[in-house]
Amino acid sequence: MKYTEEHEWLRSEGDVVVVGITEHATTQLGDIVFVELPEVGAEVSKDDEVVVIESVKAASDISAPLDGEIVAVNDALADNPSLANEDATGEGWFFKIKPSDASQMDDYMDEDAYKAMID
Amino acid sequence: MSDLLQTPLHDLHVRLGAKMVPFAGYSMPVQYGLGVMKEHLHTRAKAGLFDVSHMGQVIVTGDDAALALERLIPVDIVGLEENRQRYGFFTNDAGGITDDLMLANRGDHIFVVVNAACKDADIAHMKANLEPDVSVTPVTDRGLLALQGPSAEAVLSALNPAAAEMSFMDVATLTLNGAECWVSRSGYTGEDGYEISVPNAEAEALAQVLLDHDDVEAIGLGARDSLRLEAGLCLYGHDVDTDTTPVQAGLIWAIQKVRRPGGDRAGGFPGADTIFAELENGASRKRAGLLPEGRAPMREGVPLFAEAEGGEQIGQITSGGFGPTVEGPVAMGYVPSEHAAVGTKVYGELRGKRLPLTVTKMPFTPANFKR
Repeated sequence: MKYTEEHEWLRSEGDVVVVGITEHATTQLGDIVFVELPEVGAEVSKDDEVVVIESVKAASDISAPLDGEIVAVNDALADNPSLANEDATGEGWFFKIKPSDASQMDDYMDEDAYKAMID
Repeated sequence: MSDLLQTPLHDLHVRLGAKMVPFAGYSMPVQYGLGVMKEHLHTRAKAGLFDVSHMGQVIVTGDDAALALERLIPVDIVGLEENRQRYGFFTNDAGGITDDLMLANRGDHIFVVVNAACKDADIAHMKANLEPDVSVTPVTDRGLLALQGPSAEAVLSALNPAAAEMSFMDVATLTLNGAECWVSRSGYTGEDGYEISVPNAEAEALAQVLLDHDDVEAIGLGARDSLRLEAGLCLYGHDVDTDTTPVQAGLIWAIQKVRRPGGDRAGGFPGADTIFAELENGASRKRAGLLPEGRAPMREGVPLFAEAEGGEQIGQITSGGFGPTVEGPVAMGYVPSEHAAVGTKVYGELRGKRLPLTVTKMPFTPANFKR
């Protein structure tokens, strides 16, 4: 698992990368009540805003961590946004991206570095 | 943060693990461990305890205190019976609202509760306009708790059975856990419940006894806001302010007949001419309940349009968010009167997209008062 400074987690599954936000992030955001996911098939560039999250407190954006194509989105999350609070790194995943340059993964933190950042 | 004021429950909040935020000059709990959503649902299911000690408590005394207050507040205060409470507001010369408040007739005085952010201005306003005929005395040695929810009666009457005898908007002096408390059966959640003025020195012990009850959880300002929004209640500075009149805000129910044209004590408050003209001819805009059709919350400031595309902005959302009991987004805002009929569709512009909302009767959740 890799982590971004914006509290996304990235998990490689074959040639796609699953993306969500960390438990630390969902705790900070509070109860998540709305998630707007990108279109499947969308070509996105790193840092494009691809997801909108609304918690009881505020709206925030999630950027694409990699260049690539969105190949799947978690429709269950759109129907039940609290999945992100309940199971941030499992059932609460956001989207799967097929990266056009897998080496972009190397830019991100490993778990120890991420833990050090949030401490 | 160091110059923030603290309520008498500050240490308790910290001990309970509250997330403290600055609010109206005070350090206040926005949420506790449960989080806003669960705190909201718990209050509607059982009972929530809120610290609202930041609000202003004021005693107005004098032979004609009620009549004097009517010079500033367009409400029937003279006719308010002893041990009864009612809602009101201060108006300015333009008919705008400078604060909203609760008034109680406590026999030898009128007890006024005003918003924290306005209390200094409200007290100065009352002193400047009412003294020396009456005296205006801020109460600084008391905290204010709210116990809200369907279990509130059972919880409070365990401390003093007289609490159960009170009806909605009654007030009484009750001894609770050894403290002399000024209690009203009212609140800001749409639920049955009480507001309890308690001496500072005894506030924490009373709060702790209430929290010791299995049905009671501590609830922060976050859930207080979503509860009052679902209940369709105005938040001063957002849904009502100096630019909104009582007619525009849909608060004419609070101006009793006796203070309206033709009444025995009609007018005589700031802005009466403007407010009466609006009563006669209708206001150009109205506060409306707005139900977003999708799941996306639309918050304060979202501009409203009549059409899905094009056209000028017609209004804006003044309060909005997710309603945990409604299980979806809820909002209120101002729209031109011709767009204010229940069922009218308007559009809010969110992240560059116009999304439909339907004008809806408030409250969004049924009120649960003990009439």
